[in-house]
Amino acid sequence: MKPAPFEYFAPASTDEALSLLAEHGYDAKVLAGGQSLIPMMNFRLVQPSILVDLNNIAELAYIREGDDGGLRIGAMTRHRQVETSPLAAERAPLIHVAMSKIAYPQVRTRGTFGGSVSHADPSAELPALSLALGGKFRLRSQRGERWVAAEDFFVSLFTTVLEPDELLVEASIPPMPPRSGWSLQEVARRPHDFALMGVAAVVTLNEKGVCDGARLVFISAGDRPIAAERAAESLKGQAPSSKVMEEAAEIASMQEIDPSSDIHATAEFRRHLANVLTRRALEQAFQRAAETKQEG
Amino acid sequence: MPTTFDLTITVNGTRYERSVEPRTLLSDFLRHNLGLTGTHVGCEHGVCGACSVLMDGQPVRSCLMFAVQAHGHEITTVEGLGTRDELHPIQQAFQEAHGLQCGFCTPGILTTVKAFLEQNPNPSEEEIREALSGNLCRCTGYQHIIEAVELAAEKMRG
Ligand SMILES: Cc1cc2nc3c(=O)[nH]c(=O)nc-3n(C[C@H](O)[C@H](O)[C@H](O)COP(=O)(O)OP(=O)(O)OC[C@H]3O[C@@H](n4cnc5c(N)ncnc54)[C@H](O)[C@@H]3O)c2cc1C
Ligand code: FES
Ligand code: FES
Repeated sequence: MKPAPFEYFAPASTDEALSLLAEHGYDAKVLAGGQSLIPMMNFRLVQPSILVDLNNIAELAYIREGDDGGLRIGAMTRHRQVETSPLAAERAPLIHVAMSKIAYPQVRTRGTFGGSVSHADPSAELPALSLALGGKFRLRSQRGERWVAAEDFFVSLFTTVLEPDELLVEASIPPMPPRSGWSLQEVARRPHDFALMGVAAVVTLNEKGVCDGARLVFISAGDRPIAAERAAESLKGQAPSSKVMEEAAEIASMQEIDPSSDIHATAEFRRHLANVLTRRALEQAFQRAAETKQEG
Repeated sequence: MPTTFDLTITVNGTRYERSVEPRTLLSDFLRHNLGLTGTHVGCEHGVCGACSVLMDGQPVRSCLMFAVQAHGHEITTVEGLGTRDELHPIQQAFQEAHGLQCGFCTPGILTTVKAFLEQNPNPSEEEIREALSGNLCRCTGYQHIIEAVELAAEKMRG
């Protein structure tokens, strides 16, 4: 028996879960897929005295079309559900494609969208992609409800703006503007492992084929998903060319990200990867944007 | 005394009623409480895949679930595949194609392959490698495992 003892609650509704959190907030931890929390409990890195298990709350597991034509994803939606959802593939292809890069089949059966975002691992895909797509999260407590944009949600390593009595109940991912393209590029030691370095690019072209807007968000590049804003700004108003993409890659990899060294890779190697991956990501994203332009 | 939780769980078609502490991992429950030691435990943090079992037909890590979470659900372990005298076609294929050496990883691989072949009866080599990406094997170098899965798929298609 590895984890320390705890008291266990398995509420059947969100309201019930919120009332448990209102009562026990600081002592309680929420259990979603458990694919990050249980390993930490097995090692006794965390020892919550109360667990509030969300797995019986059916109302939190869904994938729907949003009013804006984007995607609404319930917090308890499993990675596997998103991976096999035609609606997700159509409305948020970047997120859909990432699913096959997140861990392994057995982990995707359990792991949830809300859990991954709330866990705020800077090496995870979904926090970075939510940021790259301009997503936002609906947080609820007994005190009320608030929407927080992804750019305001991630505070630092494994830390978000979630209060102890709050639940993340839903993610809203808006559609990309017309003439947009996207790409996700990663390097991992083995496929599906956490990436040594990764970057998501979303770019938009205007009618003349000039870059109208860009977003570059890095994975494993700091204490949270890192948006390279100056690199993105440097692309605006430019016609895509290898020169502008190389410049953006240089700015992002040398000035904006803050990777660290560990047993897997040095910071210097990670910067090198970031540079190469940014160029690849931009090339593919601009290519895709140009193709939608022809279709449209 | 820590509080215990009464759970009812169906494992390999048999219903069990047991009282457990909530912190009991499903892997430990299967091995210690039910004596089903076919499910192996390697890393206990979700990396190796040795503990993989099926819950309601889907592959999960039994070291990353509490037994209480399987209350009311159906679990399939390697013991639920075939018997010593009558091996499941996947087990036969692993024997014939030398898909194991020490056998430590095998229970997790067999259960994962069972769910996989039910969803995808005619997989490509790449799809097989993808399906088994969460199962580490330190002996075989994987080649014979892939061949065993191909053979199993053939046997099961009839
Ligand atoms: C071997 C392995 C490899 C992995 N590889 C990858 C990978 O390559 N990329 C990747 O992105 N992820 C990877 N993961 C992590 C996986 O995606 C997890 O599923 C995910 O990070 C956490 O989701 P969960 O549902 O399991 O959350 P849990 O583990 O249940 O919870 C994580 C944290 O979030 C909190 N929480 C959960 N849900 C909510 C909520 N609705 N509101 C408020 N707080 C909440 C919990 O209290 C806990 O602190 C891997 C995991 C394993 C075991
Ligand atoms: S023991 Fe469960 S994944 Fe290794
Ligand atoms: S056969 Fe020994 S670990 Fe796979």
